[in-house]
Parts: sequence; structure tokens; C-alpha cells
Amino acid sequence: MKIAVLGMGAVGRGLLRMIDEKDLGITVTGIADSKSALIDKNGISAGELLAAKNERGYCGDKTISAMEVVTRADYDALVEVTPTNAMTGEPALTFIRAALSRGKHVVTSNKGPIAREFCSLKEMAREHGVQLRYEATVAGAIPVMHMLEHGLAGNKVQAVLGILNGTCNYILTRMAAEGLTYDQALMEAREMGYAEADPTYDVKGTDTAIKLVILSNTIWNGTAQLEDVSITGIDQLTTDALRLAEEQDHTIRLIAEAVPEKNILRVAPRIIPKSHPLVVEGSLNAITLETDMAGEITLIGKGAGSVETASALIGDLLFLSG
Amino acid sequence: MKLEMKDTPGQLVAALKPISDVGGNIIAVIHQRDEINDGDILSVQIVLEISEKKLPELIALIKGQGVNILRIGQERLLYKQTVILIGHLMHTDLGDTVDKIDCTGFAEVTELNIAMPAINQPSSAKIEIKSVNKTDMEKALDILRDVATQKNILIIEPLEEMS
Ligand SMILES: NC(=O)c1ccc[n+]([C@@H]2O[C@H](COP(=O)([O-])OP(=O)(O)OC[C@H]3O[C@@H](n4cnc5c(N)ncnc54)[C@H](OP(=O)(O)O)[C@@H]3O)[C@@H](O)[C@H]2O)c1
Repeated sequence: MKIAVLGMGAVGRGLLRMIDEKDLGITVTGIADSKSALIDKNGISAGELLAAKNERGYCGDKTISAMEVVTRADYDALVEVTPTNAMTGEPALTFIRAALSRGKHVVTSNKGPIAREFCSLKEMAREHGVQLRYEATVAGAIPVMHMLEHGLAGNKVQAVLGILNGTCNYILTRMAAEGLTYDQALMEAREMGYAEADPTYDVKGTDTAIKLVILSNTIWNGTAQLEDVSITGIDQLTTDALRLAEEQDHTIRLIAEAVPEKNILRVAPRIIPKSHPLVVEGSLNAITLETDMAGEITLIGKGAGSVETASALIGDLLFLSG
Repeated sequence: MKLEMKDTPGQLVAALKPISDVGGNIIAVIHQRDEINDGDILSVQIVLEISEKKLPELIALIKGQGVNILRIGQERLLYKQTVILIGHLMHTDLGDTVDKIDCTGFAEVTELNIAMPAINQPSSAKIEIKSVNKTDMEKALDILRDVATQKNILIIEPLEEMS
């Protein structure tokens, strides 16, 4: 299978490394970062791309743009791994539309366009007889979309609950385990590389809410937007609150919850029994699906990371190539 | 309530039937074979939900079946929920916050555990609320949510009902 890749950050590089190291049957025929691009229908060595990016800071020819890769390169699927813009979905949205209208499959880890324009993009893919796959957008390595599509096919999903942000879960775990204050735990998360320099998007619950929107629109074929989610972050939490919960063998976690029957679409810190399957430690993610036939199913795994996210992208790509 | 009846077939059913007749809800039936009782007397404890107004009618019906009521104990507030509050709880009059729930008549704050922080830091408190039933609990929580918004208090609610 031939792919064009937009973005050579943590995720794009993780993908190229796995293509280089493993015999996946995937050939890169186009690549772009923010400053340069390369197109070669005979294939570009992933190893050489990584070396060039590492050395020079850009991957290819500065006179070629990312959009030219999308419109001119010879590929079966576009892998869109540029930064997320939760408000506009750009520039990814434009790239994805251009690829779909060329009749190319799209595989992405970018939450912005999927949360913003799910219905129109799905419709566009259908019109052109191609697929839009986005396993990597929610809970990193956890194959929840494949699980919903195949393993749980025929089930009615009644509710979904999730721990979808590793940074928040890490902070809460450390506050509970070590009695750290919120500020101390956040600082530690930064040092460990779990939190961004500006953690607002994570700790205010926005990132979790975007993932909840994607999950619930996927499950119930909905049209929910970020603005429909009632969101409370974790930045007001105190060590005392965690200790009070602990006294009753409970803890506090940032939980995403969608129950269409009760009109619930919310992200908030919640008191939860420590024995609950959703209570995972550190930066792990977890998702519980409540279904009519299978009952409750909980998936646990790594929610982010370069190779972990690449795993989800590769799962989508290999699914497309059959 | 605790009932005493003859240990003969049909007696228990005779005692239970009036409960559903008056719209009560049986939660548990516990048999006890007391040693002091001679063999053919059975004493049974029944836990049930019923509106207070219906109680006299129920008692009359059960007695009419020849069943002896030994004791009626009342636990009005069967439903329990714990929430944690974070904010400037003392400055915003925690007593008043609690009163808002207590004065409803259908729900009560039955436990309050407050952690005192350093001066000017927000404090955290765990409160246990009991109510007559689930609907009343939702109403009580709604009142609390309103107060919390006004007083800028964060409420952390349980994911599931806690016991
Ligand atoms: N990191 C994770 O664990 C993870 C997990 C799940 C999902 N995601 C999502 O996956 C996407 C990529 O994440 P990341 O961590 O790899 O991000 P990143 O490290 O910030 O990398 C973004 C890459 O996109 C390139 N880029 C930016 N604007 C571009 C443009 N207009 N055209 C072409 N390329 C452009 C950047 O180019 P330069 O190299 O020139 O700056 C960079 O290579 C994001 O949407 C993120 O939300 C990430």
C-alpha cells in the first residue's frame, strides 16, 4: 500500500520508524512537514527521511508544499498527522477534503477535523467510495473503533465511560498516591514529558471532551459538538478532596460520560470506587462500553506516545489494504 | 417491621399480600427461628418502602390476616449519596449550604467531614446526603448544584451510587 504522510512530529516519526523497522508492506510516496515536502512515486526510504529530518530539521524540498503532496502524489491513503486545532480543524480539514475528493482513503490521528466535521467528512468519503479512519484520535493505542465496528457489531451501545487523557490521570494518580498538591503533580507530569508547556487544554478537560465527542458521534452516528459537552476540569482539585474520597476506598478521576438516553454528555472529576475497572494508574487510558448483548466491556491501554499512536494508524492502514 | 406468625403454609403469603395491595415495595424478607418461640411460631422481618399515610391501613390489613406485628421500626431515609465539595466553604457559610438541603424535608445531610486547609486556600468537605428515594436525591443534588454555582463551589459527584 502506498501512503502520503503529512506531519513528521512525534506521531509521524513513530510511524516512519515502524515502516522502516517492520515489514508492513507500506511504501511512502509523499511526505511533508511544515516547511518542506517530497514526492516520489517509486517510494521514499523511511529511514533516510528520519535521518534527514533529524539532521536538518526539515524533511525534503522547501519549494514543495504539503498541499501539493495531497493533490499530486501517487498514494492509496493519506496519513494526516499535523497538529490538532480544536476550533477550526485546520489545516488538516483542507488536506483531508482534498484527499477524499481525489478518491483517496484518509487515516488520521488529528482530533480537530473529526470532532468538527465528522458528518460532512463521512459523507464525502462515502460519495467518493473511500474510507475515513481515525482510530488514533481517541485513546491512542486502544483499538476502540475497531472493537465497536467489528467485535461489538450488532450490539446496542447504551453508554460509554472513559478516562481519555493521560496527563490528567497521571496528575490525579500522583495526588492520591503521594499526597502531592495539584501544582506539584502538574510540575512532575511536565518533567516526565506527559504534560505540555501549556497544559490548559488537558487539565481543563477540553481534550477529553473532544475525544468524547468523537466517540459518541461514532457510536450513535450523532452530530454532537464540543460546545454540547458539559465540562469541568481537574485544576481546582485539592489533595484533601482525594484524601476524603480515599477514606471510603474511593478515588477521584476525570471521567468522560455519554448516555444518550439520559441526555448526558459530560466531562467532570468524579468519585469512583478504587475497584472500578476504569480506575487505571499513571498515564493509562481506559474505556468502558455498556452494551445490550455483551454487557460491560472495558479496554485499557496507552493513550498516547509516538509508537503507540503509530500502532493505531498502522491498524487502520492494514485494515484498508485488507 | 417485625412480624410473628404461625409456621403454616400460606401464612407468609397472607402477610406479604397486603403490602403490594396498598402499593408498598418489599425490599427484603428475613426469616428468624427464635429459640424462645416454640416450633410452630415463625418470626419474620420485612423491610419495605411505603408512604407513611398508607401505614395504618397496612397494619390493619396484616392484623386482619391473623398475623401479629411485634415491632415497627422506621428508617425514613433509605437512599444515600456522598459528594465532595471544594471551595471557600467557610467564607460562603457551609451551615447555610447544609440547611438548604435539610429544610427540604425529603433529604438530609447526615455526615459532614471537612478538611481545614491553610488560610485563604480553598477547603474540601465530604458530605453524606440521605433521602427518601432516588428522585428526592436528584432534587437535593439539584439544590446543591444551584447553591454551588452561586457560591463558586466545585461539586464532585460519584460516578455510581455509593453505599
Ligand atoms: N503525540 C501523541 O501521543 C498523540 C496521540 C494521539 C493523537 N495525536 C495527534 O496526532 C497529531 C500529531 O501529533 P504529534 O505529537 O506528532 O504533533 P507534533 O509533534 O507537533 O508534530 C506535528 C507535525 O506536523 C507538521 N506540520 C505542522 N503544520 C503543518 C502543515 N501546515 N503542513 C504540513 N505539516 C505540518 C509539523 O512540522 P515541523 O516538523 O516542520 O514543525 C510536525 O512535523 C496531532 O493532531 C495530535 O493531536 C498525538
